Amino acid sequence: MKEFQERGQSGAAPSGQNQAGFQGEADVQLSDQEKQQYGEYVKQVTPAHSLGMQMIKAFVTGGAICCIGQGILNYAGSLGLDKDTAGAWCSLLLVLLSVVLTGLNIFPGIAKWGGAGALVPITGFANSVAAPAIEYQKEGQVFGIGCKIFTIAGPVILYGIFTSWLLGLIYWVLKLTGVV
Amino acid sequence: MAVETIVGKQSIQFREAPHIVSAASIVGKKEGEGPLGKLFDQIEEDPMVGQASWEEAESALQKKAAGLAMEKAGPGVPPVRYLFSGDLLGQLIATSFGVMDLKLPLFGLYGACSTIGEALMLAAMTVQGGYSDAVLALTSSHFGSAEKQFRYPLEYGGQRPLSATWTVTGSGAFVVARSGGRARISGATPGRVVDYGLKDSMNMGACMAPAACDTICSHLEDFGRKPSDYDYIITGDLGSVGHTILLELAGKRGFDLEERHLDCGMMIFDSETQDTHAGGSGCACSAVTLAAYILPKIESGQWRRVLFVPTGALLSTVSYNEGQSVPGIAHAVVIEHC
Repeated sequence: MKEFQERGQSGAAPSGQNQAGFQGEADVQLSDQEKQQYGEYVKQVTPAHSLGMQMIKAFVTGGAICCIGQGILNYAGSLGLDKDTAGAWCSLLLVLLSVVLTGLNIFPGIAKWGGAGALVPITGFANSVAAPAIEYQKEGQVFGIGCKIFTIAGPVILYGIFTSWLLGLIYWVLKLTGVV
Repeated sequence: MAVETIVGKQSIQFREAPHIVSAASIVGKKEGEGPLGKLFDQIEEDPMVGQASWEEAESALQKKAAGLAMEKAGPGVPPVRYLFSGDLLGQLIATSFGVMDLKLPLFGLYGACSTIGEALMLAAMTVQGGYSDAVLALTSSHFGSAEKQFRYPLEYGGQRPLSATWTVTGSGAFVVARSGGRARISGATPGRVVDYGLKDSMNMGACMAPAACDTICSHLEDFGRKPSDYDYIITGDLGSVGHTILLELAGKRGFDLEERHLDCGMMIFDSETQDTHAGGSGCACSAVTLAAYILPKIESGQWRRVLFVPTGALLSTVSYNEGQSVPGIAHAVVIEHC
């Protein structure tokens, strides 16, 4: 805030007009430079979550989810399933767990505490599909659930597929040219 | 001595100040658990208000609040002739479906969260102008319907920044008439759209503070008054971040609001225990706080004169996605003890 005051008063902004705007000339809009200064000032006075604490919480939450996944994987393996099938069961069960917890309105609390730790694993993806399905169900099976179920997950699916296609194309070209 | 009606650059002084003869506030469970909880007329425990969707629930809140305000006005007040109402939802659906059964001619308003300020000043102008003996000013917001429209589905997991506010579930209604009651609207300063270029829809306090500052300072200049001429200058939903910025900006224009400023958004929730971050927001935030907390203090004479300044952030998901900034607007209404 101190910096903002100094700027406003000492005229660090180059033109007098800018400074006047900041001094409180009754103006409904600011110049680009003043907008930037206001943005910086706002950043200074706006509290933010502590990054370190957030990272620790995300680590704990993400780690816990991965431990559950590993547990499922090991158990499936002990039942004699091969690695791929066990992996499929692991994803399937984590998705199911996340969807059920979303339906019971428990998942938002976990994500609020654990942040990306809950959202980055497959559990976050499942939540982002289940939540719109619940919310938009009232707008009908077609225009509600049908049209809006992927409003959050849609970009991930589209660009995920697009990126893998792009990488496949590069791999194919490299293979043709004998690089790999 | 005749009092001027047109004051300064953008303000109005009412010659025969219309009275707020009754007020009603209905809120949701979370608001009922907040610091003002005991003061509200009704607390609706069911977030769906017995309806099938968030939008219908919000409509039901409007209908209840309108009915209650007219009931509280009593038989001595002439019948309400017109209705000024608005909400946050696209095409004002909470309003249009909520007030249908009232069978009153409707002026639908959109002022984002500043709607009740706009409704009250238009109501006062209508009564002062002699176009109606009594009119109803009404607004609502609902956490579920607002989140669904502006942000994410409720069950989506995510983290809200500390600058975010919590949309108040509720509805506030006011009957404005020529006489009756102990509070009157003596003046008003309609606000301009003010844009300081912020694009963060999760920091609406910072987006709206410049508009609040513009309206408050213009008001004080138009009327030639000082902040100390008011018991309090009470903004709608700037929250803690917007409060800090408003004091700073108003200071630069030569008005010290430190001692005089309150914010409905900061009063309606306890940010420590209710996890609401910067405060409450939504059309209902200022409306129910006015009805339940501010107005009784004015009616009792504890406060003689208050400047009530609901604030609104003017954005839609389309404008936001297309990279537009979030401008603000604020409407000031002078409410006095009488």
